[in-house]
Amino acid sequence: MTAIRVRINGSEVADDLPPRLSLADFLRERRNLTGTHLGCEHGVCGACTVLVDGEPVRSCLTLAVACDERAVETIEGFGGDPVMAALRRTFHQNHALQCGFCTPAMLITARDLILRRRAGSEGEIRDGLAGNLCRCTGYTNIVTAIAEAAKEIGKEAPNAQ
Amino acid sequence: MKAPAVDYMRPRTLTEAVDLLAHASVEARVIAGGQSLLAMMNLRLASPGLLIDIARLPELLTVADDADAVTLGACVTHAAIEDGRVADPSHGLMPRIAATLGYRAIRTRGTIGGSLALSDPAAEWPAVLAALDAEVILYGSSGRRSLKCSEFTTGIFQTKLADNEIIERARVPKLSADARCGYVKLCRKSGEFADALAVVVADPRRGYWRVVCGAANGAPLVLGDTSRLVVEGPRDPDALRSAIGSDLDHASDRHFDDFHRNLHIVAAMRAVQQVLA
Repeated sequence: MTAIRVRINGSEVADDLPPRLSLADFLRERRNLTGTHLGCEHGVCGACTVLVDGEPVRSCLTLAVACDERAVETIEGFGGDPVMAALRRTFHQNHALQCGFCTPAMLITARDLILRRRAGSEGEIRDGLAGNLCRCTGYTNIVTAIAEAAKEIGKEAPNAQ
Repeated sequence: MKAPAVDYMRPRTLTEAVDLLAHASVEARVIAGGQSLLAMMNLRLASPGLLIDIARLPELLTVADDADAVTLGACVTHAAIEDGRVADPSHGLMPRIAATLGYRAIRTRGTIGGSLALSDPAAEWPAVLAALDAEVILYGSSGRRSLKCSEFTTGIFQTKLADNEIIERARVPKLSADARCGYVKLCRKSGEFADALAVVVADPRRGYWRVVCGAANGAPLVLGDTSRLVVEGPRDPDALRSAIGSDLDHASDRHFDDFHRNLHIVAAMRAVQQVLA
């Protein structure tokens, strides 16, 4: 067992974990944060994407013990985040989810694309979503929703980083 | 699936990491970003007894920007290279390649040293660093040594890294101001491993030309005849095509099927044309 201290959605958490535990399983099974979904568990589907220190990572390919002294943000977080608020609204308005399994990671990936200014065109958005699979094949509406949110954010805060 | 049970240590120095590696009583594996190793553990293709986490070692995160080369610590991530957060010796070639490597959520954790250590035949960095004539610096129980990247990778997932060694840095020579580079990766979906990969570096001021194929059923393959054609400047496409084809055919141990032989020719043609255009 390995002791860790990690900040999850703004709250400090201390735990003693078996090293083999993935960040995804730690979040889902120990913290009851089940919005992080596990599809393939080997880095292909992207459903488990969360933020570690502000950067998107695959939580199935990240050991929980390696997140010691790091800050993790899951879909249950992002309270008060303007980009996430815009994305949640445009996903809703554009019917950008069907079964919803890929949605939490789609939102987190989309937010990162917008913040890194990689959501300027349909092509760029599709490229940026290549690592997030939607098996309902609802990409068209997802892409529309992200484009709309990016436009909205761009207008509100032209220098947003 | 889930990874098998494993012990985990996070040493504070590179020396300590090498000691742990050299004296482990179980199969010890070094982990940096873990983007291949953890996938292999989840699939139960790898089941080490001990993981030695080197991702935070300060020695492996440093970047030195000297007059003639940039030296990147092994744990510099693909995302750091993509974003230009580290010095670029290659006039944009390395950031351009980093951006096509896996997906952003992989690039934020995956490292250049990890890519070299694994030497997946379809990976970008072994081919690109060989094309740039980079060196890899290894640190082990008996000290430090350096090897050309073109010699470091010896085959499919095979390298000259010894059991008690850790990749410390990659030293990439700086290209001259008027050097030109070409890069083509053929794959069906953005971010996938390559079906064919070609990198061309032409730096006449340093008298350096090299055309390298990746995803080539083995270590990165230097195309000798094609490199010599690039030296001479613009060529008619037929001469280029036959030079690439003959280079591929000389590498008889690679056993290219017709489809992949053609893919490699197309990738190399396009990459060379980027340089000669």
